[in-house]
Order: sequence, then structure tokens, then C-alpha cells
Amino acid sequence: MLIYLHLPLSLMSINKETIKKISKLARISVSNQETNRLEKDLNSILKFVEQLNHLNTDKITPISSVSNEVLTMNKDEIKIINEKEDILKNSPEKNEDYYVVPKVIE
Amino acid sequence: MTDLCKLTLVESVQHIKEKKCAALDLLNSYIKRIEKSDKLNCFNSKDLDTAIKKAKSIDEKKDFSKILVGAPIAVKDLFCTRDVKTTASSKMLENFIPTYESTVTQKLWNEDAILLGKLNCDEFAMGSSNETSFFGNVLNPYRLNNDNLVPGGSSGGCAAAVAANLTSATVGTDTGGSIRQPAAFTGIVGLKPTYGRCSRWGIVAFASSLDQAGPMTKDVKDAALILDVISGYDEKDSTSANKPKTSFLNSLKNNVKGLKVGIPKEYRVENMPEEVNSLWQEGIKILKEQGAIIKDISLAHTKYALPTYYIIAPAEASSNLARYDGVRYGFRAEGKDLTEMYENTRSKGFGNEVKRRIMIGTYVLSSGYYDAYYLKAQKVRNLIKTDFDESFKDVDVILTPTTPTAAFKFGEKSDDPIAMYLNDIFTVTANLAGLPAISFPIKFNKDGLPLSLQLIGKSFDEQTLLNTAYSIEKEVNFKSQVKDWWM
Repeated sequence: MLIYLHLPLSLMSINKETIKKISKLARISVSNQETNRLEKDLNSILKFVEQLNHLNTDKITPISSVSNEVLTMNKDEIKIINEKEDILKNSPEKNEDYYVVPKVIE
Repeated sequence: MTDLCKLTLVESVQHIKEKKCAALDLLNSYIKRIEKSDKLNCFNSKDLDTAIKKAKSIDEKKDFSKILVGAPIAVKDLFCTRDVKTTASSKMLENFIPTYESTVTQKLWNEDAILLGKLNCDEFAMGSSNETSFFGNVLNPYRLNNDNLVPGGSSGGCAAAVAANLTSATVGTDTGGSIRQPAAFTGIVGLKPTYGRCSRWGIVAFASSLDQAGPMTKDVKDAALILDVISGYDEKDSTSANKPKTSFLNSLKNNVKGLKVGIPKEYRVENMPEEVNSLWQEGIKILKEQGAIIKDISLAHTKYALPTYYIIAPAEASSNLARYDGVRYGFRAEGKDLTEMYENTRSKGFGNEVKRRIMIGTYVLSSGYYDAYYLKAQKVRNLIKTDFDESFKDVDVILTPTTPTAAFKFGEKSDDPIAMYLNDIFTVTANLAGLPAISFPIKFNKDGLPLSLQLIGKSFDEQTLLNTAYSIEKEVNFKSQVKDWWM
């Protein structure tokens, strides 16, 4: 990981191999034609966002949210939302009270 | 007889309360227009039979005490509505029927508003022209000569429906400008509240640290009324804020005397059309004449806002959209094993822009790139927020144009993601800093297209935003010029 930190961002670019890797991580299959298009689009987006590299942010704290809310405890009480039968109605495939998926174990 | 659809929301409710018309009369006049307006493609689905039942029951009970009584309201198809299909304009959720109601929409129905249907938007709210919807383009009620124009996005169906008088008001969502940019393109009012002002519970999530629901209305008063209804703490959203409840509508006043208005020099972007620059000057002139104090300010990191947004928003989206796996709900494609089923489902269920953003988001969060992109963006987000914090020590509100141009034609930017992203250049900053911002129409350009200004306010100071917009609105007296050409 450290290796990348010392590289200027502009040296990073996405090739077809990387597209394949990302598509695996994102669980989205991509065709060869889509790969070409994605290679072009993703590189142009990366080039655009790499402007951030012009800024020195060494002493800046990262923020993940602007919310100042302090988490509060909710009352410990039973509420009837999201009943099992209702929820299962939206499943693409079910059997009794179970979701059905392609076989995982041989 | 008055054309009931031309009434504002405040006037419509007043009409019903004063028994000048029945709830069913008001509803029927909207239904009549809606049925003649399919060409605009504003609606993903309509719920008119249930609407008629509800209007009849309001009339029969003769209880007109609720503050939105009888108001026919369609909402963005991103709010989960119990037993009513909610698609996020995606093939992925084409047949999804929520078992629960979003907090924001529940608050509308609690005040006796009537659901008309669900409004088209960009797929999963990702887009600035409504061209990414699985259900097709929405047409802007304004045209350039006889050419169709985009309504803006992502709340394009909402904006077009309000401008075309197909709903008395609506609620949209805004992650980087999705309420304000389409509001500007269609000459209506759009308000993105402070992050935390409204509950996000039950809204299909895009980028959770940026998403906010807000009013899209015919005028500023209507926006204040809707905000009164939809805002407030919700124990189901831990980021919603517990603030004392006041009425924005009752506190609305058109007085800006002594108000300090900041004009950020960094918003004078390259290649900004002269009409947008002179629009801005006009806004400054009006505020000055009304006694406001104009101050030049600097928001030094403005140019880094879009690049920051296009790291943070896709990163959060890639995580939020991981739930669409073809198992529990939504679309499923076949695959020989579980992984292939996931991959095919997500490949066929999502459109191109959504896939592009999930891929970028996955990349910037992946091992080895996280620090260089995502962490960097979070740091710059802090700088952008600090710029605003500093500026708001000297000024009460900030005035800018809402968009760099008026509405554009279909296909003009859809081939180039960056050109499309540049639409949000003036709006994303408010999302990154969590601040409230309102867009409201000022005038028409030489082609007859609406142009709008934006006010950005201090955290949880929507009242000053509404008051300032209200003062300018009174002065410019903007009147809709929608010609009903599609009917």
C-alpha cells in the first residue's frame, strides 16, 4: 500500500485488467465491449478527480459525515414492522420461509 | 371558474378549508391534466383510484383541520411507499413493493395529503438530466423553439410535474443538486434542507452522508409549508436532528434589511454564459435595493468540490447498492452458481451510469487506492466545509447562480460523464458541507427558458434562506410560461 502513497495520482490509470478486477469485486459481469467503454469513462473520471492531488492535505483531518448528532438510545420495545410474510413476497424465489439461491455447496 | 391546478399548494389547501371546492374537485382537476400529459413521462406509476377514495373520505368526514388536507401530491419514485411500487427508476426494482412507508411521505399522508403516484427520476438518483431512467426520458415543459429539453435531474419527473401543474407540490431528494438543478431548469422552487433536517428512513439510499429530502414547489411559501410537514427528528434515522419545532411558513417574512449576503468570487467560473452572470448581478442589485449588505467572500476550495463529490458519492453508492443481489427482492438473472447469479443480476439489472459509479466507487475504496482517493477526498471535504464555516462568520447567506446554463437538449451531454457532472458545479458544495440551499426562478432568457438563483445558508437556518428567497420572489414576480404544448 505504501508504494502507491508515494506515487503521484496521475500515474495511476485503469487498464482492462483492472476493470476485470473491479468488476469481480463489485459483482458486476462486464462484456468485452463494455470493458472498452468503461476503460475510457473511468479513466476520464479518474483524471478529473486527480485534481485533488494539487492540494496538500497532510495536516487535515478527514471527515466522513457532517452530522453533529449524538447517537441516542431508543426505547427497548417491540414494534411491528417488516413482517416475514410481507417481506418474502418481494423475493424472486422462495420456498416456505426461505429464500432460494443457486446451489452453493457441491 | 378558477383553474384549480394553477393554485399554489397553500392556496389549494385554503380552498378546501374554506369549502370553496371539495377535495374531490381539486383531485379531479389534477387527474384530468395528468391523463392528458403522458407525453411528458413524469409518472413511473399512478395511484389514482386510491387517491379518489381518499379524497371522497376527506369530503365525507368533513374534517378539514390537517395542514395539507386534500392536497394531491405525487412523490419521487425513490421514497418507499407501502403497498405502492417503488422502483428508483431502475430495472433492478421494477416490481418492488415496499412493506413500509418512508418517514417523509408518511408525514405528508398524516396531514391528509393524497398520493397521486410516483415520479420518474434518474436511475437510483444518479444523473443530471433524467436520461438514465429505466422508464425513459422526462420532457421539460419548456422547449427551445420546438426542440425537447431535459428537465434536469435527478428529480426530473418531480420538477416537470410541478412546472406542468400535474401535482400541487412534491418532495424530491438531493445528493449533489438533484432537487435544485431540475427546479432551476423548469422554473420552480427547490429546497435542499440541512443534512439531518429530514429523516432519510425509507428513501432508497444513494450516498448516505449527502442525501437529503426536500420540497419542490410552485413558490417559496409552498416550500416553507412542505418543509414544516416533512422535517423533524426520527428515531429510525440516527443522523436526523432533534431541533425545536417551529413553523417556517408562519415565520416567513420578506425583509432583508441589514442581511449580510456573501458573493463568492470562485463561483465566477470560466465560460459562464453572460446571461447567467447578468442574472447573478440582478439578484445582487435587488438585495441591495432592499437593504441587504453585499460582501465579497472567498470559498477557496470550490474548484475541488466536484472532484471530491465524484469520489465520495460513488464510494458510498458502491456500498449502498451492494444490497441488490437478486436474493431478497428485486430483479434476478440466472447463473450457474451463486456468484454468477450475483454478477449477471447486477450486470443486467443496473443501467450504465449506475454501473459506472459502482465501479469507480469500488475502485477508490479498494485496497491500495483507499488512501490516495477516498481518504484524500474526505480531507478536502473538510477544507470545503471549513471555507463555509469561516465565511458564515461574516455573512448570513451566500448568493450564487443555481446552474451554469439553462436547460439543454437530450443527448447533448450524455456521452461524456464529465460534461454531465459539470452541471452540479454550483450545487454540490452545499451537500458536501451539509448546508441548506434553495433554488428559485428569477427570469427567462432570450429563448424563453427559466434561469434561477441559489441561496446557501447556515446549518439549520432554512428560515433565513426562505425569507431571502421570498423577498426576491416578491420583487421579480416570476410567472410560469408553460404553454401546455403536449396536451
